[in-house]
Formats: sequence, structure tokens, C-alpha cells
Amino acid sequence: MATASDNAGTELKIVEDATCTFCGCVCDDIELKVEGHTIKEAKRACVLGKAWFLNHDIEPGPSCRIDSQPATVEEGIERAARILTDAKYPIIYGLSDSPCEAQRKAVSIADWIGGTVDTTTSVCHGPSGMAFQGVGEVTCTLGEVLNRGDMIMFWGSNPAESHPRHFTKYSLMPKGLFTPNGRKDRTCVIVDVRKTKSAKAADIFIQIKPRKDFEALWTLRALARGIELDPELVESETGTPLAQWQELMDKMKASKFGVIFFGMGLTMTRGKHCNSEALLALTRDMNAHTRFVAKPNRGHGNVTGADNVVSWRTGYPFGVSLTRGYPRFNPGEYTTADTLSQREADAALIVASDPMANFPQPAREHLASIPYIALDPKETPTTKSAAVSFTVATYGINTTGTVYRMDDVPIPLRPAFESPHPSDYDVLSALEKRVKELKAQQFAAHN
Amino acid sequence: MSQSFILIPGRTSKQGCGISEGKDGDGYQGEINTLQVAPEDMERLGLAEGDQVRVRNEHGQIELPIKAAKGGELPPGLLFIAYGDLSCRLMGGDTHGSGMPTSKGMDVELEKI
Repeated sequence: MATASDNAGTELKIVEDATCTFCGCVCDDIELKVEGHTIKEAKRACVLGKAWFLNHDIEPGPSCRIDSQPATVEEGIERAARILTDAKYPIIYGLSDSPCEAQRKAVSIADWIGGTVDTTTSVCHGPSGMAFQGVGEVTCTLGEVLNRGDMIMFWGSNPAESHPRHFTKYSLMPKGLFTPNGRKDRTCVIVDVRKTKSAKAADIFIQIKPRKDFEALWTLRALARGIELDPELVESETGTPLAQWQELMDKMKASKFGVIFFGMGLTMTRGKHCNSEALLALTRDMNAHTRFVAKPNRGHGNVTGADNVVSWRTGYPFGVSLTRGYPRFNPGEYTTADTLSQREADAALIVASDPMANFPQPAREHLASIPYIALDPKETPTTKSAAVSFTVATYGINTTGTVYRMDDVPIPLRPAFESPHPSDYDVLSALEKRVKELKAQQFAAHN
Repeated sequence: MSQSFILIPGRTSKQGCGISEGKDGDGYQGEINTLQVAPEDMERLGLAEGDQVRVRNEHGQIELPIKAAKGGELPPGLLFIAYGDLSCRLMGGDTHGSGMPTSKGMDVELEKI
């Protein structure tokens, strides 16, 4: 980190190798030019990264509000702790835009209050998490993709808009150890129901019928095993001629190191975990012919860290209930879209996520009807309706910590400037301490 | 008269930038409150850029302006909207045992207002 002064006397600071936490690429080669509490420039950042870095100044207003009125952080902690300890079915949700150290605290709170802990994974690649348990995951790091990948496939994923540096930093353009000519050494295949902006990067683009991912993937599974298929049936089901699938399979088998990146086109569409299972099973099948791996393209900056932390602490990645004092995993029951839509939760702690902006309407209506606590660096539809809201420092811009890239590689954060607001870790640490005290009092009163 | 379509909500660059710029901002609001329609469908239904339409399914209904999908991005029969408040209004609460609401590939009816 270097500092200098410009002509006006304002201190300029250069932060090298800063980490962008907007998306799961977690690019850690960003150079930031910082003046006071403002980032003026974010070199090498993509359009999403630039928007992330250049729009996180210090938020005006208090660090805490109770029922929309300014309050001290201490008052907020007290009210939040009482909401959570008085509840019969408290839930904790979000965590994917928070560092691992804060995520650990949130899991501890869930344990103390006997609640559920769930992350944005459940409405992202949660179905893939279920599929991993059913099929297994043939995987690798993005570094291996860069150095070895010669057949790069994207299925139901649009990185040109969701992960803009994916192609240039990891998967298509870079020159690697066994891909010395970069893009020329790779074949790019994109399978989608839309001709997305990513399709321009493809050597082969296959537009399948909507909601037919499962059928298309099983077509490839059959071809991988040399099973004869009815051409008419394949084309009517998938929208793509059998000959084109066969041509693709031939190229997949001929590759040295194939990678299938997959997105929410699979997990959010009818079939969900069955779609992801089909893709993971195809990947596994391909290893009878050549080396093939699959990677989910993860959205939030530390959603992969959330999977890891919740797994370390409970044995399961998301949708975990601690209501009986030991962890139970059941997507569809302990996941937040369900606990809210079924009107089961009676209090919530929402960390670094915005369910009021992106959950189904029945879930949003129920969340609005129960007391909840929200932590976010910015005002959002979720913080606006919270009983207690904390304006927190932005991870990676104001705070240190650890995040996990989408390939499970941990990466440190290098903050640009300090914030007067507390961090997620500060708030959750204080909340855990007070929750423990109140639970001890409740235990003593009942024994 | 309403027409049947399949709706694909999804991420866009503008919507992603809007998350950081502020969700009350014009960029984010404009992006999540506009429906993309294939030019062939617009011609077939006599729709013009900016026309207001009503989109509904068994979970809810929304009213919003349309614009033509560019670059052949949408085949006829498919609609696209950036993730946001309006797309959520068409999502049901049942996750069918997966934890994930059906958020893409939804059957909807579209009619011009």
C-alpha cells in the first residue's frame, strides 16, 4: 500500500491487489486509488466491480435504527438479542456478502437460540448442493482451468453479464501451462435457452428448449455411453438435432481437459436439483473418456465461504436447523423461502442480503409481519422494514477478513479505508455475547 | 386477448451495477421494471416499444412497459425480465422440497393494456 499527496494536499492512497467481493470470481488483482473515504479508481475491475468499488463511500446516518428511529449500537444489540431469544422459531439468513469470520459468529448465534441457519445458497446453487451430496463433485480450481482447460462449456450461465472477467481472467483468454495459445487452444461451448451476451464468445452455441435441460443432459449421458437414441424424439424434446449433440459429444471426448461451468438456468428451473444432478453425472461419466470437471458459477462474493463455514460448523452447507440442539439438514423445510412462505418463522436475523427485494411474494409478506434484524452496508428494502437495522462497514472495502472464491480457494481482503460503522463481525460478536447472557437467564429461570 | 409465454427472469449487467449504485436509483429501477419481448412476438401482437402490458400467472400479476430484445437474444415465445421486485411477484412460495422457488421458466399470460 502506498500513499502520496496531490497538489491540494489530499492524501492519495494506492491499494494494490485489493479483492473485489461483488461476485464469486473474487478477483484479487484490483488496484484502487483512494482519496479519503472515496475510491476514485478501480483498475482492472469489470463493470460490476467498478460499480461495487466506486459506490461504497461512508453511508450517512446512524449505525443503528430501531423501528426506523436512530439508536445506539448498544441499544440495537439489546433489542435484537431479545427478539431472537424470545422467539419460538427464529431464523438466520443471508451471510453470502460477509466474511467468513462474521459467518462463524452467525452460526454460533443460531446454535445458542436454537434456530435455523440458511444462506443465499438456498436460492442460488442450493439445488446443486443437494446434487453434490447425491452424485459427488468432480472438481478443480480456476487455476487448473486456466492452465489445462481446452473444452470450456457454460450451461445455463451468462458470465458476460454475471461474471464479466470470467472469460478473460480464468476460463477462455488466459495463456496457461498447457494452453500456451490462450483462446486458440480452447473450444467454448454455450448451452442456453436464450442467445445471451455470452453466446458471442462461443465456438458452438446450442439453444435448447426452455425447461428441457434435464432431457438435453441425459441425451449427452446416453451418447457418452454409446447408447442409440431416436433422432426424432431427441429433437422434439431438446429442440436440437441428435447429430448436433453427437458432434458435441465427439468434441467432448476428444478434449484433454473439459470443464462445465453451470448456472442458475439449471437450479432455478423446474427440475432444479435433478438438473444439477444430471450435469454432475454427465461430468462423472465423461471421466471414462477424458478428464472432465464441473463448477457452479457462484454469484455473491462469499457465498462459497458461507457454504464452507456452515459446513465446518454444522456438517451441512445451508438450510440447517439447530432447534433440537443438533444440526439437521432439509432443503424445502429449513430453507428460508420455506420457513417464511409457510409462515413458520417468528423472528429473523438477516445478514448482508435482501430477501425483501428478491424472495417470493408470500415469503416477503411474512417477513414484513415478524420482528427482524437486518445488517447491510446500504439501505435496502429489507433494512427499511426491519425492527432493528444496522448500517455496517462494507467487507473488503472497509474491513479485513477471508472470503472464498467460487472454486473454494480462500482469499484475504485488503480494505481501502476505515468506516465509522461497525463491521458485521463486530455486531454479530456483540449480539452473540448478549444472546448467551439472556439464554443463561432463561435457563436459570426454568431450572 | 392474452397470449401464453414462458418468462425467464435473470441477471443483467445494469441490474448488477444497480445493486451497488443503490436500488432506489433510476438505473436499477429502470432495468427491473422493463420486460423484454422478442421482436417477432411484438410484431405478431402489434406491440410497440414502451407499450404497457400485463403479465400474470397463478401467483400474481404485474404491469410494466416492454422493449424489444436485441441481437436475437430471445426466441419467440420467451420473455425476459431482470431479477427484482416485479419478477418476485410472479414467484410462488412452494419450493417443492428443494428450498429454491421456481424462479425461471415460468408459464405466464401476457396482454396489452
